[in-house]
Amino acid sequence: MVGVDREDGAGGLDLALVAHLSRLARLGLTDAEMAAILPQLRAILAAVGRLQEADVSGVDATAQVGGLYDVMRDDQVEPGLSAGEALANAPSHEAGLLRVPAIQ
Amino acid sequence: MAELEAVIGLEVHAQLLTRSKMFCGCRAEYLGLPPNSNTCPTCLGLPGALPVINRRAVEMTIRTALALGCRIPEFSKFDRKNYFYPDLPKGYQISQYDLPLSLGGHLEFEVGGERRSCGVTRVHLEEDAGTLHHAGEIHTAKFSLVDLNRAGVPLMEIVGEPDLRSPREAPHYLRALRQLLLHLGVNDGNMEQGSLRCDANISLRPRGQREFGVKVEVKNMNSFRSLQAALEFEFRRQTAVIESGDRVHQETRGWSEAEQGTFSQRSKEEAQDYRYFPEPDLPPLRVSRELVEELRAGLPEPPLRLKDRLRDQHGLSEEQAALLTERLQDAEYFQAMVASGAPPRAAANWQIGPLQALCKESALAIEHSPVPAAELAALVRMVEAGEVSGTSGREVLAEAFALGRSPVELIRERGLIQVSDAEQMEAWVELAIQQLPKAASDFQSGNDRALGPLVGAVRKASGGVANPDLASRLLRERLGRGGE
Amino acid sequence: MSLLNLSVSELGRGLRAREFSSVELAEEALERVDSLDGKLGAFLRTTPELALEQARAADRRLAAEADPPALCGIPIGHKDVLCTKGVETTSGSRILEGFRPPYDATVVARLAQDGAVVVGKMNCDEFAMGSSNENSAFQPTVNPWDAERVPGGSSGGSAAAVAARLAVATLGTDTGGSVRLPASFCGVVGVKPSYGRVSRYGVIAFASSLDQVGPLAKTVEDAQLVLSSIAGPDRRDSTTSAAPVGDLARALQEGVRGLRLGIPREYLAAGLEDGVRGVFESACRWLEAEGAELVEVSLPSTQYALAAYYVIAPAEVSSNLARMDGIRFGPGEPQAPSLLEAYELARNRGFGPEVRRRVALGTFVLSSGYYDAYYLRAQKVRTLVAQDFSRVFEKVDALISPTAPTPAFRLGERTQDPLAMYATDALTLPANLAGISGLSVPAGFTSGLPVGVQVLGPYLGEAMCLRVGAAVERAADVWRQVPAGFDG
Ligand SMILES: [Zn+2]
Repeated sequence: MVGVDREDGAGGLDLALVAHLSRLARLGLTDAEMAAILPQLRAILAAVGRLQEADVSGVDATAQVGGLYDVMRDDQVEPGLSAGEALANAPSHEAGLLRVPAIQ
Repeated sequence: MAELEAVIGLEVHAQLLTRSKMFCGCRAEYLGLPPNSNTCPTCLGLPGALPVINRRAVEMTIRTALALGCRIPEFSKFDRKNYFYPDLPKGYQISQYDLPLSLGGHLEFEVGGERRSCGVTRVHLEEDAGTLHHAGEIHTAKFSLVDLNRAGVPLMEIVGEPDLRSPREAPHYLRALRQLLLHLGVNDGNMEQGSLRCDANISLRPRGQREFGVKVEVKNMNSFRSLQAALEFEFRRQTAVIESGDRVHQETRGWSEAEQGTFSQRSKEEAQDYRYFPEPDLPPLRVSRELVEELRAGLPEPPLRLKDRLRDQHGLSEEQAALLTERLQDAEYFQAMVASGAPPRAAANWQIGPLQALCKESALAIEHSPVPAAELAALVRMVEAGEVSGTSGREVLAEAFALGRSPVELIRERGLIQVSDAEQMEAWVELAIQQLPKAASDFQSGNDRALGPLVGAVRKASGGVANPDLASRLLRERLGRGGE
Repeated sequence: MSLLNLSVSELGRGLRAREFSSVELAEEALERVDSLDGKLGAFLRTTPELALEQARAADRRLAAEADPPALCGIPIGHKDVLCTKGVETTSGSRILEGFRPPYDATVVARLAQDGAVVVGKMNCDEFAMGSSNENSAFQPTVNPWDAERVPGGSSGGSAAAVAARLAVATLGTDTGGSVRLPASFCGVVGVKPSYGRVSRYGVIAFASSLDQVGPLAKTVEDAQLVLSSIAGPDRRDSTTSAAPVGDLARALQEGVRGLRLGIPREYLAAGLEDGVRGVFESACRWLEAEGAELVEVSLPSTQYALAAYYVIAPAEVSSNLARMDGIRFGPGEPQAPSLLEAYELARNRGFGPEVRRRVALGTFVLSSGYYDAYYLRAQKVRTLVAQDFSRVFEKVDALISPTAPTPAFRLGERTQDPLAMYATDALTLPANLAGISGLSVPAGFTSGLPVGVQVLGPYLGEAMCLRVGAAVERAADVWRQVPAGFDG
């Protein structure tokens, strides 16, 4: 596993990794934007590195608070949106379908 | 080099037959609707909309898992699988990652009469994506069109262990799984329309080696035939790669029906990082033991066991038993006929033969047959008792099916009850011999083929109601060949 | 004097006595927005047609019903992260420009049902990410008490509008302090309900496991009336608690005699400005004088809370904002030569710098190889933070602290330093990690700037927060003070 690099404190975050994150998250960052965001992210990660000091041995993870379980609905059909309403906010559609550029 | 052996595992996606979608109240039945007319803020992925779990989908998944002998952990949850694609409105699919609804089962299936078993890693629940349309091939089309009617339909994934050892086994496993889903009533089994879909993992290794080879995932097979063809193609392709001294690349390949070959879609290097994490919008599930036991108690008899039982209990052939257990409703119809007093083998023949043909013609499932099992059973009983001829029986069944009438009533109305009264029959026999003297003398002198026309003449003289078996016996006696 | 200086119950009396109508009240609010919001920037848009239609309906109800709801005819505003059917809802982001939701958020529908009159949509930090309102893609909102200072964020428009008497009450959302912080900076009351107390259906998600909708109002009672309208289970939000809300109004009269109130030592550590400390200490003395017992308590995991928050919130953001893809809504980039470019162009143009930072950060902490070290660990620290609170709530009825270490800071002061900005929420975000209840109530001023006191109650302890908040409010007696320039 790639751990948190203790020397580095910022998980080894570099430009190549920022480019990877930009692609994964479809952020489309330009080279200049990546260069600008890298030190900011590194500073945040260094601060967040504080987490590594906490003693969490034997502690369960909390994904949600409130302690709810088994919240379900009955299998019933309810009215939804008309096709017109569904498409009303779409920047491009054709014959009732959403139109997207070439997938390639 | 040692002979190569395939190691195959199947991942099957089955849309569940719920009324509504997985996380919203839109209809789960989306085929034939105008595009994007079956959505709501939730399945359209509008900002702010939230999912709510469909209880029936959870129960159907647990039932399927139990039928596959899986364990149902007490704690389960949904996770988000993050990736961008136009058919995935939220930019993530709600699925299950490390705590699925079930784990560790197996499926029994048959290959050429031989019984096999394949492990099932897990059965979990997720949501289907929308559908994409494009002119021509997806990667050359200038644009694509998105329909989200299907987005959010409950999708159950059944992950098989890599226990299959030849491409030929794969369709048999899939057939058995499809049959199970049909028996459970959780899926319609339609591969062509994509309500049942199958991906396969295949790797090769020298026979006798324990370690697995490099795995290739194959997608886009939408029939049993194409599943086997794709795996056979991959077997040949990977064999050639290995024999030429190269290494197989870990990748995802798509099956092309038109080209009858597989084509690289995505290599491991560009593999997605799905960034799974617990779905914060949905509290986890605690599956009570009571619910598990209640669902287990409601499971139908396993299809293979049902087949064996029908075969052994009713003296059916293997083939008859298999045909009658393809769907649970078929087996139920058959058993209802037997319960109504129809002799089992005759009942099987009538169901598999004339009734299935009529159903197929009018595209009706057998449970919707206008002639219910009890009425067909009554007809079969009459035919078996010789009260009605097989031919008239079939004609009456067709008519009853078309009119939605009772076959027995039709027989009574039309006076089709076979006459076996000796005196009456003898009179018709005399008449037939007078009408066909040449045939009579031919038969007398040993020509067996002359009997047929004579029996026909008896039937004709009787207006169709003479019992043909009795007619031929009386003809033999009358023409001096009764001892044969 | 403007009618909007009155509290909800005072307005209710006037409306029932026909001293003025709901339509007149709505018109006055809209006129005030027209004439005064130019220097404030609290509204992204007004909804005059909707407001007048709702006001006419409210007037009919006031005439016809024996006991109309307390909020009937009251002008309110909704933070722009709340979906309003047919009314543009942007979350302060370019990527949602022009988006008209085809549905109402549950909280919007509930307030409409109670007869409240919507005068507009409130400015906020883009997707509620920020502590100063400077991250709005459209305009900054300034602090009504000092136009060179921020109103706090992310519900800055909601807080500023109430302080400037442009709306009687507003809704905000609080993910790490986004209701309480601007309430403190603008001198109004802000409630952060327990997680699950208020439906998130139709609330454009920032961090789903932390977000809660809460009211901003001039008085604790006004806030309670709005909270009572919006709180309670919702079948469309599976994370809402099924527990009944109960009668929150009663809490306001109960006083603090006999209550044990804890002061978390860690919340008064270095970085607390003297003026803020002074106001907080006065509040402590008032509460003691009213009969409360004050005890020092410790929440030792507080030191890790900020770090955990800045892993968990960005992780959820990175996923929640994936739907902003320009295909079904938003300007999009439909003419891009390829799908990948369409995604990247739409999101690059649509997201501001803070959103990009958090999406990148969240993508990082969830990605393979980093998940355990960051995300999973943060979730465990979250457990520790929650356990801290459970432990102290065995001993005390509520916690009190300053809402923020400083009063409102200057525009631009922290925009270049994300970490300094994040630290603004240090005293508020632990409550979000734990899911407990909280509020901020004005307690005084330092150098002319309002200072709020934060009251934290146990899970579903809204009544306790309101009870303590009301006591502070009575003693402070500052709610009728109006910022200069807005007191017309
Ligand atoms: Zn839907």
